[in-house]
Amino acid sequence: MKHYVIIGNGTAAVGCIEGIRSVSADGGITVISAENHPVYSRPLISYYLEGKTDLEKMRYRGEGFYEINGCRVIYGRKAVSVNTSGRTVILDDGSSVPYDSLCVAAGSRPFVPPFPGLETVGKKFGFMTMDDALELEKALSEDARVLIVGAGLIGLKCAEGICGRVGSITVCDLADRVLSSILDADCAAIVQDHLEKNGISFLLGDSVDKFCESKAYMKSGKQIDFDVLVLAVGVRANTELVKEAGGKVNRGIIINCRAETDLEDIYAAGDCTEGYDASTGTNRVLAILPNAYMQGYTAGVNMAGGCSVHDRAIPMNSIGFFGLHMMTAGSYEGEMTEEKIPAGIKRLFIKDGILKGFILVGACERAGIYTSLIRDRTPLDTIDLELTKKVATNLIFSQESRRKKFGGIV
Amino acid sequence: MKRVYVNEEWCLGCRLCEYNCAFANSGLGDMVLALKDRKIFPRIHVEGNDSITFAVSCRHCTDPICQKSCIAGAISKADGVVRIDRSKCVGCLTCVLVCPYGALSPGEDGIMQKCELCLENACGAPACVTGCPNKAIVYEERSDPE
Ligand SMILES: Cc1cc2nc3c(=O)[nH]c(=O)nc-3n(C[C@H](O)[C@H](O)[C@H](O)COP(=O)(O)OP(=O)(O)OC[C@H]3O[C@@H](n4cnc5c(N)ncnc54)[C@H](O)[C@@H]3O)c2cc1C
Repeated sequence: MKHYVIIGNGTAAVGCIEGIRSVSADGGITVISAENHPVYSRPLISYYLEGKTDLEKMRYRGEGFYEINGCRVIYGRKAVSVNTSGRTVILDDGSSVPYDSLCVAAGSRPFVPPFPGLETVGKKFGFMTMDDALELEKALSEDARVLIVGAGLIGLKCAEGICGRVGSITVCDLADRVLSSILDADCAAIVQDHLEKNGISFLLGDSVDKFCESKAYMKSGKQIDFDVLVLAVGVRANTELVKEAGGKVNRGIIINCRAETDLEDIYAAGDCTEGYDASTGTNRVLAILPNAYMQGYTAGVNMAGGCSVHDRAIPMNSIGFFGLHMMTAGSYEGEMTEEKIPAGIKRLFIKDGILKGFILVGACERAGIYTSLIRDRTPLDTIDLELTKKVATNLIFSQESRRKKFGGIV
Repeated sequence: MKRVYVNEEWCLGCRLCEYNCAFANSGLGDMVLALKDRKIFPRIHVEGNDSITFAVSCRHCTDPICQKSCIAGAISKADGVVRIDRSKCVGCLTCVLVCPYGALSPGEDGIMQKCELCLENACGAPACVTGCPNKAIVYEERSDPE
């Protein structure tokens, strides 16, 4: 019987476990979990601080998940290397775990630039894990001045989460706009305005030159006094285990659509990988939860001898801040169409007769119809394009196509 | 397994399904109390224009992408029914972003809700179907994707 090993215990690991078990009930699964927690919903750490969920509800899978799926979890241990010839994973206590089939689902870690003086800062935190959130929570107080470095998704979600529990929040970023990796300038301006109305201050196009205890000296010459520092500059994929074992890595571990690395019987999934992006036709790190699950699932199915191909992944995000929702997907290439409505703005990007991407701010109803047009590469001349630009509705499809969708098993 | 299917040719666009859905899931015994003068948040929605109308609700997909995408692990599938645990949902709307059928929308509180075929509420069978005056939505077993 095969023995499966999974490095990491996040969403990609769960996808892998459920993928394996969709094919086979046989064989044990060993999960190596650096974090001392059963799998939890990582994106919910800001909602936890906001009081919208609790540690129990944050559990990503129910009680008994590991037992039901025949998993042994080794908590609080890190894999330090993979011995491909001996087919073992070496842990940080020197022990080794043999594998027949291995999945590296090690996620990412925060990237911290070498800021001079960072070591002099007393209360500084990352914002990636449940433990980070619990540590940060201890430092929150009604009059605390918080400085968040990084106006990306993680930094802003953190800001929203703690906003009601601190005195003030300033967010700085080298980029000249918020959420620069997913929003264009106009949409970012709408979101920034909304965040400012909710009490968040920004210092954009500026970066920290150095820290000195509770003061940040910015490149622009500005100085910011703070009590609590949150570093959310960016993340780096955990590629080392595969790289050192001789596997191909770039910004992430390179995998194909079957979630295979180029090492025999070694798969990889989730934030640590670089896989196929169907919206651009190139390989990319797609560090989002749905992708982690689906890659993990694909890896699991294939590890257990089934056949699964994950070739329709695209970047996509759905986020809300203080009641304003935005959704983005795909890539922003080609011709842009715009529809302004009272509730917000809708921008679609069309190239070669195919929807490539979209940005929706405040106008998110039925957005999945747009997402499916990108994922399916639906030729736009087969649907009502003019209507599509205005509103996401099933009316854009032909009657025959609707009959299949709503009259059949899908 | 039985699912809700749509016969678009028969839909009158009367939206009774929306009202019956909202009532069935209100937990109230009196329809007037449940719906009068209130904005309703049904789990089935009639889409259309002047000439075509049809009702859209969860397809209970064989391979539900909403479940795989849920950042809170709040969506699950058992016995063919895709369900959401509203106590775990934080209202991020990722399921709305991925549902290819545009079948999902949040409830009044911003937390997601979805068609669970009225198996959990007092009806026991989809109220939208029971109340449809023209059999434009049916609840039945179909075998092949035609
Ligand atoms: C604050 C925040 C908000 C987010 N919001 C969203 C959102 O709204 N939507 C969305 O799609 N995504 C969101 N994400 C991203 C999402 O959380 C990730 O894409 C997802 O968790 C990736 O899953 P994963 O299993 O690949 O990695 P992870 O969840 O990071 O799990 C990897 C695990 O492996 C462990 N590990 C690493 N190295 C080793 C080792 N050598 N040995 C043993 N264990 C190891 C790590 O400790 C970690 O627990 C958010 C992330 C954060 C931090």
